[in-house]
Parts: sequence; structure tokens; C-alpha cells
Amino acid sequence: MSAVEAATVPSGEAQSGAAEAIHVENLHKKFGQLHVLKGVSLSARDGEVIAIIGGSGSGKSTLLRCINCLENPTSGIIRVNGEQIKLKADNHGHTVPADRKQIERIRSRLGMVFQNFNLWSHMTLIENVIEVPVHVLGVKRDEAIAQAEKLLARVGLAEKRDVYPAFLSGGQQQRAAIARALAINPRVMLFDEPTSALDPELVGEVLKVIGDLAREGRTMVLVTHEMKFAREVATHVVYLYNGLVEEEGPPEQLFGAPKSERLKQFLRNVG
Amino acid sequence: MKLIDVFLPASAAGIIELLSPVPPGWGGTLLVGLLHSVEIAIGATCLGLLIGTGGAWGKLYGGPVARDLLAVYTTVVRAVPELVLILLLYYAGTDLINQVLAAMGYRRVDISGLAAGIFVLGVVQGAYSTEVIRGAILSIPQGQIEAARAYGMSPGLMLRRITLPAMLPFAIPGLANLWLIATKDTALLAVVGFFELTLATRQAAGVTKAYLLFFVAAGALYLALSLFSNLIIGRVEAWSRRGMPSIKEAR
Repeated sequence: MSAVEAATVPSGEAQSGAAEAIHVENLHKKFGQLHVLKGVSLSARDGEVIAIIGGSGSGKSTLLRCINCLENPTSGIIRVNGEQIKLKADNHGHTVPADRKQIERIRSRLGMVFQNFNLWSHMTLIENVIEVPVHVLGVKRDEAIAQAEKLLARVGLAEKRDVYPAFLSGGQQQRAAIARALAINPRVMLFDEPTSALDPELVGEVLKVIGDLAREGRTMVLVTHEMKFAREVATHVVYLYNGLVEEEGPPEQLFGAPKSERLKQFLRNVG
Repeated sequence: MKLIDVFLPASAAGIIELLSPVPPGWGGTLLVGLLHSVEIAIGATCLGLLIGTGGAWGKLYGGPVARDLLAVYTTVVRAVPELVLILLLYYAGTDLINQVLAAMGYRRVDISGLAAGIFVLGVVQGAYSTEVIRGAILSIPQGQIEAARAYGMSPGLMLRRITLPAMLPFAIPGLANLWLIATKDTALLAVVGFFELTLATRQAAGVTKAYLLFFVAAGALYLALSLFSNLIIGRVEAWSRRGMPSIKEAR
């Protein structure tokens, strides 16, 4: 990352001029009788890094997965780049995306990184990285390969381009998964606990890659258990408790001077 | 009594002459029968794979009506003996087609034995393939399917690029069984007069009275077909498992 790019990184709260990349309003999600999200709102402007923290079962992963409708929200409004995802009720009363083409187009611009990497096991790393550009976005194959090689080099996996994921460590797989997400030139990157499945000594290499992306001014929504990391890279932190936003604000405020008793308790437990 | 007399009770001709591929030998007849058997087996397996892929997809992701219809299909086909199904579909099926054609004012047609055989065995294979492929799709780590959805793949693209190649290593052993069964199920078509290896063997044996010779020869041909199949299947399986670590270390 160049010094010029670094200078453009927003600090603290979002600058008012940036467009809203993700807008979530009054989101509810029920799994049967279980009410996981009870009216959550969230906003990410271009260049912002939103960290979502919270205890197990607080709904933080569900919230992230609702943004691209991997989980269908029960009710609420989701806008991506200003475009509202059309939802409808199916025959069983479940809410589902109303327009398959729309949701596929929106998903193809959201780079998701999973807890368990979820690389396609029958493809080599380079094949994994070019898959979506070539087959979903219609990029020419040789262009996609050239770009994928750069991205793999960037995450330190240039020499592993023809290796299958199962032959790599968790940290290498997760870095490849980040390259796969970058290959679609995403408007927003969604990270779902990207280091939770890693051995402790492999966490650092993955956090370094994510941290570089954050400092570059990439817009991201990050669900994480790494409080120190969230404090370093986030521009805005959201603490979820029991399906509701308990407290949110800039990281200095949330980690430095938390107001909520539950957040104080949570930070003591994980700290 | 010498061993050769068991093989050749009524014929003075030697084994070589009887198995010779040119008449008056019957080797050519047997090879034509084998060719027809292989044609039917390949056709039926391809049709079965198509039905099986669609059936598995429908059972896993289809609506309630599609799921119920597929459940009826797989249950009925797997419950009824194949010989009964072949007689039923062959005679009743051709009769039905001709009645429909007659009702619409067309002339009756003769359904070719090859097409009918492929259709009948394909329907049977499809029912078993549906379950093999459904099980294989369920064995794919669900995260890989989820990643395909998260990156905006349409259902068709996901099936072609992710689901089918990822389920293949789990499906190959079951599908290989079905292929080997298909090669031998072609023998059942002899009952409806389709000229395949078993019927060819019966003809040759009936004319020459060298029953043991010709049925042993037919057995050898079936065995050769199976061995050759195993060779190909082994290659395909190794290729389908290219992304998976070897299990040798686990022994």
C-alpha cells in the first residue's frame, strides 16, 4: 500500500460525503420460535470498517449473513449500494428474495470470507480465484488469471497457485479465500469470524492481510472475536447483545469507555 | 470321456472353428451381441445419469409435488423386479405409444429394440442413480455450496461448476456399481427378443449344441467388459479425487 493511499484512509467516524454501501434497517430474523435478531440497524459508508462484536448467540453472524441473504431476514430493509433487496413471502410464510437475478447480482459484488474458508475443494487456488470472475461476472479467462496471480502474490501464495486447498494450512486457505473475495472487485467485503477456525499461530498472518485491506480504505463488515484487532482496524464498532444493538460507536469510545454494563462485562470476559 | 467332449458333444468341429469370427464360426455373432449389449448399457447409463441428476436435485431442492412424484418413482421402480418392469414397459409401453399415435391419426410404428431397451433400462437406472447422487450431494461440505450462493451463482451454474464436480468422488463407487449392473441387465432384454450377447449365445449354442463352450465364452466376454470398465472407472475416480488428500497415510 502506498503512502498516498494511506493518507486517504478515513479516521474515526465516517466522513459525511461517502456513499452508503450497506444499509440495514430494523432487521428481524426468527428461526422457528427462536428470535435471533430483534430489530437491528446498521450502516456502512464507503471506506468504513464496521466491526460487529458480541457473545456467542448474540446474532452477529446471522446479521452478516442476512446482508447477502444467505439467511433470509424475517422482516426489515436491506440496501446494498442504495439498491433495496426485494423480498417476498413464499407459500410457507418465509421471507425469500423476490428477484433471483437481483440477489445474484448483488451477491456477486459482495466478497464474503467464511469462518471455515469454504474454498471449492475440486479446484486449485488459481481456479478458485478466477471462478466467479469468469463464470459469474464474465471476465475473460486470461485477464482473470493475470489478476488472480497478482492477488495470490499479494496474500503470499503465488507459488501455491496450482495446489488444491486440502493440501494447505488453514491460514493459507483463508488467505486464498480472501484473494477469491478480492477477485470480484467487491464493493464491500463481508468477514464472518475469519480467524475463529485457525490455530493460534496462524491467526496473525490472516489478520495482517485483513488489516492491510482495511488501511487501504476497503469497505468491510467484520464479525470477529479478536478485540485487539477490531480496535486497531475498525472505524465503527457495533456490540450486539441478544439480538439487539446494545452499544455502538468509534472503537476508542467502545473499548476505552464503554457505557453499557453488559459490554463492560463482555470486554472483561474476552479481554 | 475327454474334456473336449463336454464342450463339443455333437460337433466334430474344433473350438477354434466354432468361435471363429467368420461364418461358419459363431464368434462374430457373439461379438455383435456384445456390441449391442454395450450400446444398451451406455445408453441406459447416460439416460439414468440424466434422470438421476435431475431426480436428486428435485428431491433435495424441489417443491413438495416434485418431491412426492420422485419418491413414488424411486420407490416403485426399486420395488418391482426388473424383468417385470422390462416386460411391462416394453409391451405396454409400445402398445401405449401406438394407441396414442392411432388416436391422433398416425400410423402404427415399430419401436426399435435398441431405443426401447435403452429407455426401459434407463428408467430403472435413473431410480437407483437418483439415490446414489442424492447421497453424494449430501456428502459435499455444505460450506462449498454456501460459498457458491454467496458469490451470486445461479442454480444452473452452481450445479454445473460446483455441485456435480464436488459430489463426483462420493458418487463414483455407487455409479460404478450401477454401470456394471447395467452391462449385465442387458441380458434381461433377451426375453423381449432383443439381440444382445445372451440371446446371441443361446442361438449359437442351440444350433451347434455346444452349450458349455458358448456360455463360457459369453461369460468371458462379460468378464472382459467388467475388467475394462474397472480400468476406466479407476482412472475417473482418481481424477475426481484430485483435490483430496490420499488416504494411504490413514492405513
